[in-house]
Formats: sequence, C-alpha cells, structure tokens
Amino acid sequence: MKQLHISPAPHERRPMTTMQIMLRVFIALLPAAVVGCLTFGIRAAVVIAVCILSSMFFEFLCRILMKRPQTITDLSAAVTGLLLGMNLPVDIPFWQAVVGSFVAIVVTKQLFGGLGQNFANPAIVARIVLLVSFQESMTTWRMPHSDAIASATPLVSNEASYLDLLLGNTAGCIGETCAIALILGGVYLLVRGIISPAAPIGFIGTFAICTFLAGNDPLYQVLSGGLLLGAIFMATDYVTTPITKSGKLLFGIGCGALTFCIRQFGGYPEGVSFSILLMNLLVPYLDRMTKTKPFGAMPHRKEAKSHE
Amino acid sequence: MKRLNGVHLSHRKHTEDHLTELFPTPKSVQIPMQMHIGAPCKPLVKIGDYVTVGQKIGEPLGEFSVPIHSSVSGTVTEIVDFRAPNGSLIPSLVIVSDGEQAFCPDLAPPEIHSKEDLVAAARESGCVGLGGAGFPTHIKLAAKQPIDTLVINAAECEPFITSDCRQIMEFPEDIIQGIQLVMKHLHIKSCRIGIEENKPAAIKRLADCCRNLEHIEVRVLPALYPQGAEKVIVYHTTGRIVPEGKLTADVGVLVLNVSTCAFLYQYTQTGIPLTQRRVTVDGDAVGRPCNLMVHIGTSIRDILAYAQYDPDQVKQLMLGGPMMGVSLPSPDMPLCKQHNAVLAFTKTKQIIPTACIRCGKCMDACPMNLMPMELERAYRAKDSGALEEYRLHLCISCGCCSFVCPAKRPLTESMLLAKNFLLDSAKKGESKE
Repeated sequence: MKQLHISPAPHERRPMTTMQIMLRVFIALLPAAVVGCLTFGIRAAVVIAVCILSSMFFEFLCRILMKRPQTITDLSAAVTGLLLGMNLPVDIPFWQAVVGSFVAIVVTKQLFGGLGQNFANPAIVARIVLLVSFQESMTTWRMPHSDAIASATPLVSNEASYLDLLLGNTAGCIGETCAIALILGGVYLLVRGIISPAAPIGFIGTFAICTFLAGNDPLYQVLSGGLLLGAIFMATDYVTTPITKSGKLLFGIGCGALTFCIRQFGGYPEGVSFSILLMNLLVPYLDRMTKTKPFGAMPHRKEAKSHE
Repeated sequence: MKRLNGVHLSHRKHTEDHLTELFPTPKSVQIPMQMHIGAPCKPLVKIGDYVTVGQKIGEPLGEFSVPIHSSVSGTVTEIVDFRAPNGSLIPSLVIVSDGEQAFCPDLAPPEIHSKEDLVAAARESGCVGLGGAGFPTHIKLAAKQPIDTLVINAAECEPFITSDCRQIMEFPEDIIQGIQLVMKHLHIKSCRIGIEENKPAAIKRLADCCRNLEHIEVRVLPALYPQGAEKVIVYHTTGRIVPEGKLTADVGVLVLNVSTCAFLYQYTQTGIPLTQRRVTVDGDAVGRPCNLMVHIGTSIRDILAYAQYDPDQVKQLMLGGPMMGVSLPSPDMPLCKQHNAVLAFTKTKQIIPTACIRCGKCMDACPMNLMPMELERAYRAKDSGALEEYRLHLCISCGCCSFVCPAKRPLTESMLLAKNFLLDSAKKGESKE
C-alpha cells in the first residue's frame, strides 16, 4: 500500500465547477448573440470575437504580470467579452472594443483581485466608459439587415412593432435586440439552476409597473433597449449582486426603479447600465440587510454565548 | 412545515441486502482507552494480565466517560500510545486472544426498575452513540429536562453505510423492545422513528413491527443529506426547533440512534457490554462489500482483508461516510465503538480551490441556513465578531457547503478551523485578564 491520500471531510464534491457555470452562461447568451449577428451582418460577429479574444488575452496577461494562478480556463473572461460585445453597436471601431475589454478585465476585474473580487460588473463598467468616452460611435446604430444608418433605436423612435422587438428586427446593440432569444437564454439558466428568478422579476416587474403608472406602454419599454439583456444576464451576475433571494429581489427592484427614472427623467435614452452599476455599489449593504436567519438562531447573542 | 436545506447524494448502499456476517475472532485487538466524547479511561489491567470477554479494562474518569471492556479473552501484552485520526494520542491496550472467547464470570443482566437504574446500566454497558458521534448514551438518558418524545434516528443519510439498515432488517424486535424499555423508564409518551425513504424494505419491516403499537410511529423522511443530523431529524420528525446553544432535551426530545437503542435492550437481556458492533465495509477497492459484526479493537487492515480489498490499489481509506468520515493515514488502527463504516477507494481527486464567485450555493445547501461564504471570509480575516454574528457555532460540520461549492473551496474545513480559532482567542482573552 502506497501513501494514502488524506483529505478533510467531505471527501466528495459535486462535479459542477466554476468553469461549467460560466460555460452555461456563455451558452445562454449565444442565441441572442447569433440573432444579433444575423441581423447586423458579419461585422457583428467580428466585434463579438474581438471582445472575447481581447478579454481573454487581458485576463491571461494580467494573471502573468500579477504572478497569480492562471484563471483563463474558468471562462469568466470569455463571458465578460461576449457580454461586452453584445452591448456594443455593430459599427464600433475595433480598437474601441479592445479598450472596452481592457476596462472590463484589467481595470474593473483584475485590479480588484480578479474573479469574485470585482465590485461592479466588468461589462457594464466597460460599456459605460465607452459610452461617455466615444459617444458618437456608441450611439450610431445600423438598420437591421442593411448598411443604412438608423436614425434612432426603438427606445427613442417609439416606432417598432412588438413583433420586431421580439424577433430583434430593430436597431440597437448587437445582442440586446431579440427579446425571444434573451428570454430563451434566461429560461435555460433558470432550468439549469444557474440563476434565481428574483433579480430579473424584481427588475422587470418594478420597471413595468413604474412605466405603466407613468402612462407609457410597459411592454414596449421592457422589450426595447438593453433591459432584458441587463435584467437576465447582468443583474444575475453572482459576483456583483446580493447572495440571498431577498437581497436579489431588492437589487432587482432598485435596478428597475433606477432604470425607469433614468429613461423617464434623465438625459440618456437608456438607463439599464447606469442603474445596474449604481445598484452594484449597494450590494455589500444589501447583503448585510438580508442575512439569512440561521436555524434555531436566537435574537440575543449574549444569551447564547453564556450557554457555551 | 418548511423543509431544511440539504443536498442529494448518490446513495450507493450496495450492502443493504447483505446479511451481516460474524467476523472471526481476531488474533489480537488493540483497544483505545477513549472511544467516546469525554475524558479517556484509566486502564484497569497490567501487561501480562489475563482478561475475558466483557471484562472492564478501562475505568471511566469523569461524568462524560464510559467504561471500556475487553472484546476478546486473552492476555494483555502491550500498552501503546495510539495516534487517533484527529491527531491525539490515546493509550490503548493490546490483547492477544486465546481463541476461547471466555466470558467474564461477573456478567449478569442488570435489574432495571427506574430511570436511575437505566442510566447506570447504560453507563456500565459502555454504550455510546453507534451512529458515529460517540456521545455517551447515559448522559442523554440522564437529562434532567422533561422529555415527552423519543426520536429514533434510523436516517442513515451518508452514502455506502447500511449498518443501521441491517440492524432493522435483521433484529427489528430489539429496536422495538429498546424503545419500549426507554419509554417505560423515562416516562416518555410517544416515539418517532425517522428513516429515509431510500430504504423501503427497512421501512416496511419497522412498520410491521409497530403495527399494534400506537405510541411508536415510523416517519418516512426524504433522502436528503444530512437528514440524520440531530437537529435536522428532530425538526423533521417533531417540528421542534432546537434553539441556539440548547440541547434536544431542552425541547423535550431524546434522540437515540437505532442501533444504540437495540444494543441497550440486548444489554438488559444478556449483560454483555459493548464489545462488538456492526460495520459496513465498502468502496471500490473492496472486493466483497459487506456488513460485519466486528469485535471492538480489531485492526482495520484485518477487516479490509476479510472483505477482500486490494492493498495495492487503495488510495484512500475512510472511517465513516464520505461526507463526515475521517480519512486514515494507515489501515493499522483499531475499529472503535463509534465507527459505523470502513471505506476503501482506488481513486482520489486532487481538489484545487479557486476564487469564490458568490454563487450562494453553499448557503442554499446549508441545513442550518448559515452563510458559509461569509463565515469563510470572516475566518480568513480573523474577524471573530463576524464569525459570531454569522453564527459559526451553529455549524454542524455536515459538509454540504464544501460538497456543492463550484469553486471547490474548503468551506467545511474553514468552519472547523474557525471554531478552533474562536476557542483559542477566547483562551487568550482569558489569560490576558
């Protein structure tokens, strides 16, 4: 008998790994990304590829420079890249997309310690940085299935039909237009147990109610812009949203209310990114507010201590 | 009633249909002077002494301690320090068997007329919880709090282990008699037997035995690990919540493992103390998975050899189940009273932890509804305030959090380390004052 292996209990682990979770998120994003590529042409696919590859490259480089274990295989950088690409207009210059990846991976994620330590969603921060830095290229949209420049997204024009919004037959960022594909991806993640419905329901529900009360068409507003992409894929990011179900719900409600306020009263037509970023900052407080109540826990701590 | 969290495990109860085999009397046994939670015993015999089966060879020191009896007849040849898997050194007696298995002449069934008699008998029998924890049974029976419900723990929620299941299949009457014995002398009105739904034959056997007994009820529980954890089974069978820092007795419940209960009855009939126990031998390195009736102190190596294990292929040995058992550095150690399984595996997995992604799966799996990721973070920051705030002391070390963690973080291990850290810092605080 050779040296026996010693391990602390438990000696068994469920096979699911971080990489598999990221892979499922990646798969869930694919339908919307594919529709985006079909709608906006081959350049959309190139933009997404540039984002994914540059994100993974920056992740790889950072880990080497920081002398930390390589984490490129956990696919989190690939998911960030894909999300970022889906959040960009099709005609964005490639170098700007690479700047976006840099902001996402290097500035937002690795400088804070890598996966699990970033306080805000990398793709969201990157999108916002690009939006305020390169306003023109970030707000130049193309008509679906043509090379013509669109005057505005459906959020501004208010002219798209429900069917167009569902099928993604509108102007907008590459991955945000097709509601059906996004919802399909969300359902896949729900069924696979990767995400909980609390944040998306809170987000979309609050936003729809506020919009309705303000006298606008809630369905149209929910289906247009980046709301579904944000609610399903970014407000459910593990690292930058609360852990408990009630925390997630509060997070979603906050996102929905902020998005409504920005869209209704703000200077930007789109408010999803800003609202998620603002709520990201509140996550530590939401986590503390929504601590679980342990089984059998008593309200007075001192009493329990004296018994021990 | 809300169900507590837990995890679904692959049961792999390969041995549930195998009749228990009597393990042949070993050539020698090594009997540690501590096989329970509580102080070690003082050896009552010297090197060269002749001992008989059931003879008391370890005198308990302190309330929580129970006596230790010889499991063979023969000669004490050595007193060695035995390194337990938890690292502590325990003096233990090596007894070379003469093969006679002569019983100690003093053994006689105890006369039991009261609760005090039962408590004394339980202690004299050397009885500890046979489910794995090794908690002295007489302490539970002696509880001062008024007890109205007896919960019999037959959940056996760990994978592989079937020793309790075989107890039910082979000697269900002992269990029922044991229940009635305890109920009678402790004046307990009702009894619930909690058993996981994955043992239909055992459930039927118990239900048949309890058919005409209206105070005893079999509660079939979902096969959700850790169903057999004390607080969990109390809640799922009675609906009672054991508050923080309290015992099950504080909510009027006495919990006994099913095999412990059966042993108590056996002892009152024969007067033979705890010198044998049923143990499951399984794992992919074992050629013939089985349940064995083994003399306490038998070498694990002999037990594995009997079950035809492959010594060259074994990579990991475990005492107890894969969720809470301890892994052994060597098979050269004795089987103690509280060990319900010996598992041998040919495969091990190198587990490399990666960063926590805050998925919250540990929290969703925790039966105590704790937040293991927060506790781990607090431990790494050596933040004793946060450890208490997140109720570290409620952790039952069931292993669910580590089991589900996709980042493979050693959460359960961190909880244990954190508990020790809190103890140490409390001690330091005292010594400063």
